[in-house]
Amino acid sequence: MSQENTKDSGTAEQKPVFSQGGVPTTGHSWDGDIRELTNPLPRWWVWAFYITAIFTVVYWLFYPAWPVGNTYTKGVPGLNSITYTATQVDGTEVEKTTHWNMRSKFMVEMNELHAAQKQWFDKVAATPYEQIAQDAELMQFVTSAGKTLFSDNCAPCHQAGGQGVIGFAPNLTDDHWQYGGAYEQIEATIVHGRRGYMPPFKEIISDEEIGQLANYVLNLSGEPHDAGSASSGAKLFQTNTAGCYACHGADAKGIEGIGSANLTDKIWLWANIPEMSTPEEKLKAVKTIISGGLNRGVMPPWEDRLKPDQIKLLTVYVHQGLGGGK
Amino acid sequence: MKHDKIERNLGILLVLTMVAISAGGLVEIVPLFFIKETVEKVEGVRPYKPLELRGRDIYIREGCYLCHSQMIRPFRDEALRYGHYSLAAESKYDHPFQWGSKRTGPDLARVGGKYSNDWQTQHLIAPRSLVPQSVMPNYPWLAKNDLDYSDISLRLRALRKTGVPYSETQAEYDRNVEEFGADVAKYLHIPDAEKNLIEQAQQGNYDTNPDKLTEMDALVAYLQMLGTLVDFKKYDDDYFVKFR
Repeated sequence: MSQENTKDSGTAEQKPVFSQGGVPTTGHSWDGDIRELTNPLPRWWVWAFYITAIFTVVYWLFYPAWPVGNTYTKGVPGLNSITYTATQVDGTEVEKTTHWNMRSKFMVEMNELHAAQKQWFDKVAATPYEQIAQDAELMQFVTSAGKTLFSDNCAPCHQAGGQGVIGFAPNLTDDHWQYGGAYEQIEATIVHGRRGYMPPFKEIISDEEIGQLANYVLNLSGEPHDAGSASSGAKLFQTNTAGCYACHGADAKGIEGIGSANLTDKIWLWANIPEMSTPEEKLKAVKTIISGGLNRGVMPPWEDRLKPDQIKLLTVYVHQGLGGGK
Repeated sequence: MKHDKIERNLGILLVLTMVAISAGGLVEIVPLFFIKETVEKVEGVRPYKPLELRGRDIYIREGCYLCHSQMIRPFRDEALRYGHYSLAAESKYDHPFQWGSKRTGPDLARVGGKYSNDWQTQHLIAPRSLVPQSVMPNYPWLAKNDLDYSDISLRLRALRKTGVPYSETQAEYDRNVEEFGADVAKYLHIPDAEKNLIEQAQQGNYDTNPDKLTEMDALVAYLQMLGTLVDFKKYDDDYFVKFR
């Protein structure tokens, strides 16, 4: 912009033009001849604006809107009410009608959901475990609903297919069960959760003895080990000094009820022994567990988060759907 | 008043702009202070214990709220996945609240107790070791960093200024005993904040490493209490409808 033009702007020498081609202008001019038109707003736009204003008044009649003192208008009574079924603390169902609001609308949504699934959930609840598995149609529901429940609640630890994570959460698809693979046992595990615990042995027995036990444990699973050391470990396993037999059983096959591991199979949960390349590495991993113990393997209880019928359905899903149940 | 008069006078423009944008805020927000249904009457909601508060501060520091909301809306799909919808009462002691507005990860309003401490710790260190499809970053330093709790009483005092009932005097402590019970009131007493923080960390063993008090202890303690304060079994399933 040149000096001369700046001088011109706003102080045009000629009289301001208030109309250009029949359209009124604001009277400003820039650079001598640039003017701002003041066209009226389009008629359709103005009407749309009026209609939205009228709509708000209609809205006030139907929905909660204006604050009044320590409460608010809830719409004209009866004009837009919602009727839903509520479950009271004592388990009885009550039908209620209120003014429209998000929470009563939510109640209706949940009512519809329950109505749609009720026949299936009722059937799951009424059918004994063994018979659910025989009913192909019911199993279809269990499998699809169970997959959703499992993915949301169980998969973060046990993984999407139930295969578990070595060093973290057990595989649910195999035949090995720490806390039992029967329906009732699986259900108890889901309801109350589990808490794995093995005491640390580093202050109870010597490092050499821990090595002997580790060799014995490797021997039980057919892993490379020192035979001499393992036979000392076998004796130590049964003594009251170490007391291993008390939890893992005299046959080292574990005791289902308390979740102690079966040491004789090839399944490892807390260390991935079969995948380790050297015998030294394997020995060290087992020794670490014996000396430090395990204060892990915590599964949270689900009784407060899931409903009894959801837990029953999940139990069937884990037992049948994942295929490992006994 | 002609609009060109306003546009040519910055002072008037400024004042009128402020009046215009305040109107919306005043009309929508101020009445909520007076409407008695705004905050639901419900038992169990309490301010954070010192360790949990320190965990919340780490939650904010690490920007967790950028990907995680803490607000379950009253919709069917959210209730099925996350649990009971959030109540206004559940964030009444939150300054600032952590409702968030973005869910790259799941909502955390009721994550407390859903997973074990072990899971939370492992998942924060390396999320993909447990959830292969996760896009959450690793936070390995939380388990290594010692928790700095030297200023914990200052943090409680700052919240006290905003109206959170942490107690400074015996009289305030007694009032808290009456309102929250002795078990909770103990943790709200500012003079004992440091002692209580250490005690909770030792008892809870949140980071599964009993030898060290780390930032992980604080963050997991916070996560494990989220959404657990109200026992919804004590209420009819439509009890909270009447507050809206």
